[in-house]
Amino acid sequence: MKKIDVVIVGGGLSGLSCAYKLAEKDMQVIVLERGDFPGSKNVTGGRLYLMPIKELIGDMFDDAPFERKVVRERWSLFGEGNSINIDFASEKLRVEDHSYTVLRANFDRWFSEKLMEKGVFVIPKYRVDDLLWEENRIVGIKAGEEEIYANVVVASDGVLSFMAEKAGLRTKMKPKNYAVGIKEVIELPKEKINDRFNVDNGNGCAHLFVGDVTKGLFGGGFLYTNRETISLGIVAGIKALMGKTPSIETHALMDAFKERYEIKRLIEGGGLVEYSAHIIPEGGYDGISKLYGNGIIVTGDAAGFALNMGVTVRGMEFAIASGIIAAETVIKAKEAGDYSGKKLSYYENRLKETFVLKDMKSCRKMPEFLDNEDFFTYYPKYFPDFLEKVMWFGKEPKERVGKTLWGTLKTSGMLSFRRLKDLYKIRNI
Amino acid sequence: MRIDEKLAIDAFKTDKESHIKINHEICRSKCKVKYCLFICPGHLYSYNEETDEVVVEFAGCLECGTCKVACIEGAIDWTYPKGEFGVQYRFG
Repeated sequence: MKKIDVVIVGGGLSGLSCAYKLAEKDMQVIVLERGDFPGSKNVTGGRLYLMPIKELIGDMFDDAPFERKVVRERWSLFGEGNSINIDFASEKLRVEDHSYTVLRANFDRWFSEKLMEKGVFVIPKYRVDDLLWEENRIVGIKAGEEEIYANVVVASDGVLSFMAEKAGLRTKMKPKNYAVGIKEVIELPKEKINDRFNVDNGNGCAHLFVGDVTKGLFGGGFLYTNRETISLGIVAGIKALMGKTPSIETHALMDAFKERYEIKRLIEGGGLVEYSAHIIPEGGYDGISKLYGNGIIVTGDAAGFALNMGVTVRGMEFAIASGIIAAETVIKAKEAGDYSGKKLSYYENRLKETFVLKDMKSCRKMPEFLDNEDFFTYYPKYFPDFLEKVMWFGKEPKERVGKTLWGTLKTSGMLSFRRLKDLYKIRNI
Repeated sequence: MRIDEKLAIDAFKTDKESHIKINHEICRSKCKVKYCLFICPGHLYSYNEETDEVVVEFAGCLECGTCKVACIEGAIDWTYPKGEFGVQYRFG
């Protein structure tokens, strides 16, 4: 029985990053990908923040096919028929390599081709069915009748990670720990995108929406500009959707979002070129699986590394960092000739020293904080309504702004104990 | 645009055998709400009154996993389609 160093299940960002770093150390590694090519089963919002991983990646992404550099950050609060929008532009965003939009079918495919040039085997159309065990150690994978033996299996098989489940590292998936994202990719000429989003060639915009987008449910909307497409979508908590009466059809939320005046103008004349969906880890720090076992390491979404901070959502840089640290761990294990869970615990210890577990831990209270329907119903209603009162000139003589503000604060219950408690809780997040 | 028209834009390679299996006994005896009927982003689940069965059009599955998570009674046995099959995203 021939044993290789590492078999990686899943050719997404964490798996490919892991393979990249292993190949640099001449380790024997095989990446198994169930899609036609890496990226063909992946869905992202999405954008990738580069700063946190700058040192880890080195020159790995120097010629990467990013879509657009994000130089405008927009955020909207949607009421039923009105909205408040913040448009943040900054010299710093334009000058630094802060974040880029990506399309995964293109990005991951490029990444895998780069790996193959380095001599790594990336095998597509290959679904892994099971793990191979020797007593209490994982020693490889099984796909149909085929078996591949390896010193370490890296489970990079995404949020639904069947490998982590089979390894006993993850318990049954609970609706409260996941959201569903739906995305439409809409094609528009480059110039139109530049004009509509007030950006120049190569630069783009990231826009998050909260409020009526999800009809008051936990979640929101997103829009990212790509080179010649726009990624437009919604995210809604699965538990929230399940609890809604009368029920809403998830796909209908997407249609309603596109029908909004604010969105319609932006995508006018654009053609739909892809409709996709995927679940997203939303459990935060407390939703993370066990990260390693005897002969196995779990990375990226499979481990639950994703962070919703309300105004920003992150995932891909966590995947990349965890993949790279998984590679470091395996290299250390090989040096010691020990692939036990005890040795592989280095992975978790290293993650604790990096932004991956530091950021997730410091935002531990975020899911609990966001599990408050006021953020999705109450605030998106009263803030735009207040502005509407200020901006509106009717037949009646105009009220003083101060009086309108005070009146709104009183009648909306903004000064109630409950709201002040929400405000007070902000210090925890 | 209707949801089936949206799905028609995507690239799918369809297996003969479904990767989603439904245990109708559990649906009938335990599940009152049938979350799958409205929660699937592809709107692929429907209820056949005559046979008293939940039916899924697996060929249009986006492989998102929502039904797997939402089927808290465990009636839906969901795996990935075999290698070579299922949705193939061209943008992602």
